[in-house]
Amino acid sequence: MPEAFSESACGPAPYRTMQPSDSMPDTVAAKLSVQELSAWYGEKQVLIRVSLDIPERQVTAIIGPSGCGKSTLIRCFNRMHELVPAAKHRGSIQLDGEDIYANGVDPVLIRRRIGMVFQKPNPFPMMSIRDNVLAGLRLTSTRRADTDAIVERALQQAALWSEVKDRLGEPGTGLSGGQQQRLCIARALAVEPDVLLMDEPCSALDPIATTRIEDLLTTLRERYTIIIVTHNMQQAARVSQKTAFLLQGELVEFTETDALFTKPKDKRTEDYVTGKFG
Amino acid sequence: MSVVDPPRNSSRISGRPPSRALERAFRGLCLFAALLPVLVLAVLLFDVVRTGLGRIDVQFLTSFPSRRPQTAGILAGAVGSVWLVGLTAAIAVPVGVGTAVYLEEYARRGRLATLIEINISNLAGVPSIIYGLLGLELFVRALSMGRSLLAGALTLALLVLPIIIMATREALRTVPLALREAGLALGATQWQVVRQVVLPMAVPGVLTGSILAISRAIGEAAPLVVLGALTYVDFLPDGVTSPFSALPIQIFNWTSRPQAGFAVNAAAGIIVLMVTLLMLNGAAIITRNRMQKRLGR
Ligand SMILES: Nc1ncnc2c1ncn2[C@@H]1O[C@H](COP(=O)(O)OP(=O)(O)O)[C@@H](O)[C@H]1O
Ligand SMILES: [Mg+2]
Repeated sequence: MPEAFSESACGPAPYRTMQPSDSMPDTVAAKLSVQELSAWYGEKQVLIRVSLDIPERQVTAIIGPSGCGKSTLIRCFNRMHELVPAAKHRGSIQLDGEDIYANGVDPVLIRRRIGMVFQKPNPFPMMSIRDNVLAGLRLTSTRRADTDAIVERALQQAALWSEVKDRLGEPGTGLSGGQQQRLCIARALAVEPDVLLMDEPCSALDPIATTRIEDLLTTLRERYTIIIVTHNMQQAARVSQKTAFLLQGELVEFTETDALFTKPKDKRTEDYVTGKFG
Repeated sequence: MSVVDPPRNSSRISGRPPSRALERAFRGLCLFAALLPVLVLAVLLFDVVRTGLGRIDVQFLTSFPSRRPQTAGILAGAVGSVWLVGLTAAIAVPVGVGTAVYLEEYARRGRLATLIEINISNLAGVPSIIYGLLGLELFVRALSMGRSLLAGALTLALLVLPIIIMATREALRTVPLALREAGLALGATQWQVVRQVVLPMAVPGVLTGSILAISRAIGEAAPLVVLGALTYVDFLPDGVTSPFSALPIQIFNWTSRPQAGFAVNAAAGIIVLMVTLLMLNGAAIITRNRMQKRLGR
């Protein structure tokens, strides 16, 4: 890691120069602002002073080779990282200008504002499709009168409604892999979060199911700030407006997706996006 | 690789074949070892059934103990056992499940957790008669519960607690991390996830463990003898403070009588106990399979 540091110390580090206002439309504000974030598992450091501003209502992709710290990074965003025994972090993350790691901030409340979709679809096996969508409300004992409307809205948003509307009582695990993943998206949306984190949501899915989820992201970004981890660069190029390239725990480059893939500033980004490694 | 016979050829399929006869002999030995206990049990069971089956009738099931074997029955013992086991389960299941949840879901790997764990595995190995002594000192005398159902049930609860704890922990461990994370990521607290996601999925395992524990409690005589369960009871328990008898105690008492008629009674009592146990175990297996199917596993 020391070489990487000295390298970015010589030239202007690409991410340091990024300001929220830089080359962004006026309407876009930073939803999540990450400053100098480092993270460890025990003694092992897996994120090294990562700083980036995630724009509101856009899709931000995080790419990088396996093990570079992508999952760790987004798990810091919803305070899931701290659930791992011996996990540590330093630095700050602000959601709408509010430090989510400040004293007295309840991680549970942060997670209701920042939803998460996992790599492998993980619907609750003993719950019906309907109950899965409502799981966030049920688990937190949130009483709502309009549950039917919530279920329909969330499933509509996840583009699953037409496929399951006649069998809402059936178990969620009976659906196909792609449908299960959209059910998990609906489950996350039913809690009405602001931000949706997706950790390689398509890596367990076939190409058709993948396309459906990618299409879905385009409509979801009108209402939600989406951060998607992917090791598939084509996917990042297709769905995201901005892309961050992470390498061995370090943020190498973070810029407009088009720019990152067509004229990367950093040699390592270029090597990665042209397939020289990864 | 043997030192005496270094392999000349790197290929494993060439060379002298391993001794088939030795393998066959070993397999035979293993089969014999597996069959032996089953065989012994079958002989014992056959003997018991032959002696006792004819004795089981309405009179036997509904009579109190008597000096004459023909008029004696298991009513007091059977009803006492039902009370005892019900109470034991009511005490041991909540405490056992609670302990398991604490150890699996909350305890950091620290001194306290290690201490509790060591104690539980030690408890599982303690002879049941020791529990009887403990119960006698602690519940009957120190806590002045007397020779009551409650003292008996508390003693048996201690005895079966390790079974329930271990079965529950096993069941909790099979719940995938992905589901716990799914719940937490939705903004649920850990307790909400444990109660509504993890525990429901662990129910089959908890149930199996509980029924195994209950079967163990039903069959125990030694701790109850020490505790002072009665052998001659001509009333039914009317509450947890009542003195009591239990089926194994009744059987134990009959086997120690000289008259041949009581040996027949004992055999009949054993059959009743055995059938109850088999039914309980059968129920445990059926429930577990049903629930596992429902959980899609
Ligand atoms: N729970 C954990 N305990 C210890 N090390 C971990 C844990 N999770 C991930 N790591 C390590 O942290 C590094 C980054 O992992 P991760 O964030 O999962 O990378 P990515 O998602 O980019 O593949 C890897 O070297 C991985 O081995
Ligand atoms: Mg990952």
